[in-house]
Amino acid sequence: MLDSYGAEAQERVGFFTDTSVCIGCKACEVACKEWNLVPEDGLVWTGESYDNTSALGANTWRHVAFVEQKEPLRGDGDGEVDALRWLMSSDVCKHCTHAACLDVCPTGSLFRTEYGTVVVQEDICNGCGYCVPACPFGVLDRRHLPRQDPPALPLITKAEDGRVLKCTLCYDRLKGGHEPACAKACPTDSIQFGPLDELRERAEQRLEKLQAERWNGARLYGNDPDDGVGGFGAFFLLLDEPEVYGLPPDPVVTTRDLPSMYRTAAFAAGAVVAGIVASFLGGSR
Amino acid sequence: MTGSYYGRPVIKEPVWQPEIPWYFFTGGLAGASTILGVVARLARNETLAKRSLYIGAAADVVSPLLLISDLGRPERFLNMFRVFKVTSPMSVGSWILLVSGGASSTAALLEATGRLKPVKYLAEAVSAVAGGPLSVYTATLVSDTAVPVWHEARQELPFLFGASAAASAGAAAAIAVPAREAGPARRLAIGGAVVENVVMTAMERRLGLLGEPYREGEAGRYAKLAKACTLGGAALLAGPGRRRRLAAVAGGALVLAGEAALRWSVFKAGFQSARDPKYTVIPQRERAAKV
Repeated sequence: MLDSYGAEAQERVGFFTDTSVCIGCKACEVACKEWNLVPEDGLVWTGESYDNTSALGANTWRHVAFVEQKEPLRGDGDGEVDALRWLMSSDVCKHCTHAACLDVCPTGSLFRTEYGTVVVQEDICNGCGYCVPACPFGVLDRRHLPRQDPPALPLITKAEDGRVLKCTLCYDRLKGGHEPACAKACPTDSIQFGPLDELRERAEQRLEKLQAERWNGARLYGNDPDDGVGGFGAFFLLLDEPEVYGLPPDPVVTTRDLPSMYRTAAFAAGAVVAGIVASFLGGSR
Repeated sequence: MTGSYYGRPVIKEPVWQPEIPWYFFTGGLAGASTILGVVARLARNETLAKRSLYIGAAADVVSPLLLISDLGRPERFLNMFRVFKVTSPMSVGSWILLVSGGASSTAALLEATGRLKPVKYLAEAVSAVAGGPLSVYTATLVSDTAVPVWHEARQELPFLFGASAAASAGAAAAIAVPAREAGPARRLAIGGAVVENVVMTAMERRLGLLGEPYREGEAGRYAKLAKACTLGGAALLAGPGRRRRLAAVAGGALVLAGEAALRWSVFKAGFQSARDPKYTVIPQRERAAKV
């Protein structure tokens, strides 16, 4: 994946987000906003547990989900039948091995860094929006807040920012030898940063431990290099089905089907030409 | 019962504005019209050839304006030509539109001024070659997303868009050309409209659960409108439109309106399926269960 970097290639890094120790403090959300200068995009009360952030987007690169369930925390009947468990999970860009956003970006603004992460170049993005519906996780979005930099061409420049922005896995901090801001700020090590191979091993061990302790529904999500996106660079330990946290159960990179889509398009284009020629068969006038 | 996170969508709705479905329409019209023009030229129907070329060139000029207007940063539209990426149908499409638009406007200018005939023929040929891909690639573009009703319809959408493009070109030419010289244009409009309705019905049926968004809400209303307009217009063109110009104009206009409605229907269905997490989660669950 990083061959083109030659000697500049670094070890692939990522996040292992262990939701079993997340306490929902949102320090990751705050640290991310502070470090990356991600602007505030409105303060609302959703009534959805402690989650007033709601979803990842152009102005939210870490999002802590809160799920209240009438489920026991442990399989051996932790508490009574009406036991309540509170699931919390800090969501982030998955930095997919096969990233649809990067594949479909027509300007080359989205690129694969020497660390194996996926980053938007803010000075290249022209806000075409193709990556937005291409992402199987709904991570990317256009920034609709007022534009901060002066208009380049007064007549056609829009009032809103208009670019797509997302988690960079703190590319600038990596370059300086630091861990990303969210991992640095996480007080329980729910967000762990490191070389991906190491994180995957650590996650397996953690899962074994939780299963031995009969935690209800513990599973890894995105750790399998053979899944539909070739494994996540930022993967998770969850305590329920992915969709309960708003995550897709079986994400697939859309460009996996692109060769067959191009073949279909070629046939269809041929059919258009054939149809036009055929319309002259009954006479040219 | 499938779980969801407070009913919130799993994927993001596209951020594309009304310019995009209109571009699907104008791009298709441009692509098929330039082909129609060249085939008419070869068949020695000069009136049809000329006017189809003008229609194609006009649609080719409007198309990039719509696309640039939709960008979040319109002043950076030239960044589309920084790279050529096969993995991005939008990149491929931008280059196709550049070639098609450059060629068709050159040919149209030379046609209007009556100069440099060999260059004109060459430009026409180039625009016609680009016309096929131009009339269908937008289907590949939307299929190449995580939007359930677009991605899962990837086998049918290029044929649907292709038929719609052909019908648009036929209808526009049937309006612009006197009835006695517009036979091929009328047949193209009628054939395109019929094929498109057959493909749409087959597609909805095969999609099962994912056929729902095409029938419901705004998408469903546009689909009904498209069906009524395209088939009504085709009937007019097949009957009185063969002799009477006024009927041909009405029929052509109806087909064009129907084709625009069809693009809007597909566009809206994508948004509707992205908004409801069940269209993302249930098919993925079923797929995972099969493995």
